[in-house]
Amino acid sequence: MASIEEGGDSGHKKGPGVKKAKKLSTRVDMTPMVDLGFLLITFFVFTATMSSPTALDLNMPKDVNDDKDKTEVKQSSTLTIMLGKGNQVYYYEGMLEVTESKNNFKSSNFKDIRKVILDKKKDVISRGKTDLTDPQCIAERKQAEKDGDPDWENACLAMDFVVVIKPDKDATYKNVVDILDEMTINQVKRYAMIKIEDVEVELIKKTEESAGIK
Amino acid sequence: MPSVKMPRKSTVVDMTPFVDVSFLILTFFIMATKFKPPESVDIKTPGSVLSQELPTHNAVMISFDSSNRVFFTVLSEKDDSKYEAIITNINTTQNLGLSDAEMKQFKKVYMTGVPFANLKELLNTPEKDQKPSEWPGIPYADSTNNQLEWWVRAAKEAFQGEKLDFLIKGDGHSKYPAFAGVMDALKKNDQLKYHLVTSLEGIPNGSELDRLEARKKQ
Repeated sequence: MASIEEGGDSGHKKGPGVKKAKKLSTRVDMTPMVDLGFLLITFFVFTATMSSPTALDLNMPKDVNDDKDKTEVKQSSTLTIMLGKGNQVYYYEGMLEVTESKNNFKSSNFKDIRKVILDKKKDVISRGKTDLTDPQCIAERKQAEKDGDPDWENACLAMDFVVVIKPDKDATYKNVVDILDEMTINQVKRYAMIKIEDVEVELIKKTEESAGIK
Repeated sequence: MPSVKMPRKSTVVDMTPFVDVSFLILTFFIMATKFKPPESVDIKTPGSVLSQELPTHNAVMISFDSSNRVFFTVLSEKDDSKYEAIITNINTTQNLGLSDAEMKQFKKVYMTGVPFANLKELLNTPEKDQKPSEWPGIPYADSTNNQLEWWVRAAKEAFQGEKLDFLIKGDGHSKYPAFAGVMDALKKNDQLKYHLVTSLEGIPNGSELDRLEARKKQ
């Protein structure tokens, strides 16, 4: 059978009186060293923090009391996004209108809000001003071109688009960061984070109650 | 007649290359591991697509955990005098009556998370007995007693004329009012630019940012 033959009649015959110097093997048993090595590897793999933290820059405006210092935005090109309980997102376009005949207060979630933002952006671009001699427009185009924006030619068309973010007191910090991130992802250049109004809080509360969000 | 013999095969495997590789990996991980400072407050930051590096010195980190407690950390590896300047400032403005020895202790507190009234007690506690997870956090919600505002002011004064970054590190599950309170304290000190600490996330495929990045690479 296929068994390893040990000693026996193979090799040299050792006659009586033939003495050979004992050969010492140069091989070292490395098993314990490998064991220890892998133990250490495992330890360091587990303790290593591979994902280094990154930073998201945020610039906030100073409080202005004077009305003439306030930035004016066009109603038609504004999108207001509110953040509520249970990762829910609410939004309306332009001014909030909740009457019996009209209701532009809608609820959404973080998955669908991207489409809402993009649709609104497209809508604003389609209505955007085409006056290429406007100094603000020129500056905007230059900046976009410098930033390597492939869509720089449309930069001043999207200039009017403003997203207003209003987190309510039940929104989590993650929601806030996510929505700010969404602005970066969708290349929204102008957005503002402001305090939520009581009317909106009421509407969110009502919606939450009817939808059973706790 | 020569008999056919099976060649003897040794069962010993040469482990040298194996050991070589394993130690190479080991060396890599030892080098790559950066031990986190002992943070006993658990904060899980939300993810964002931005891959900007975080400043690690000449910075002030304001953190809040999932139960909306706010902590204040000064990151000044190179210059110890900043810690002293900040605590001396707080001591004078708040009339805490801290001794010099107590003020020296401030440097060793990685995260300060107690109201001014408890600061003396905290600085007298040995380092190993400090349990940030049991601290109440710095009061920030009350506009008449926004202590975070004082801390920010002290830091701004200590780092006057130098670059100072403000980092906000929040737990994803904390509520918005905590974040609003921190922003408010910064705003009151005319600090309108700050960084939010996030962990890296991939850019969604096909989004505008994705297209912009692809264009830049070309």
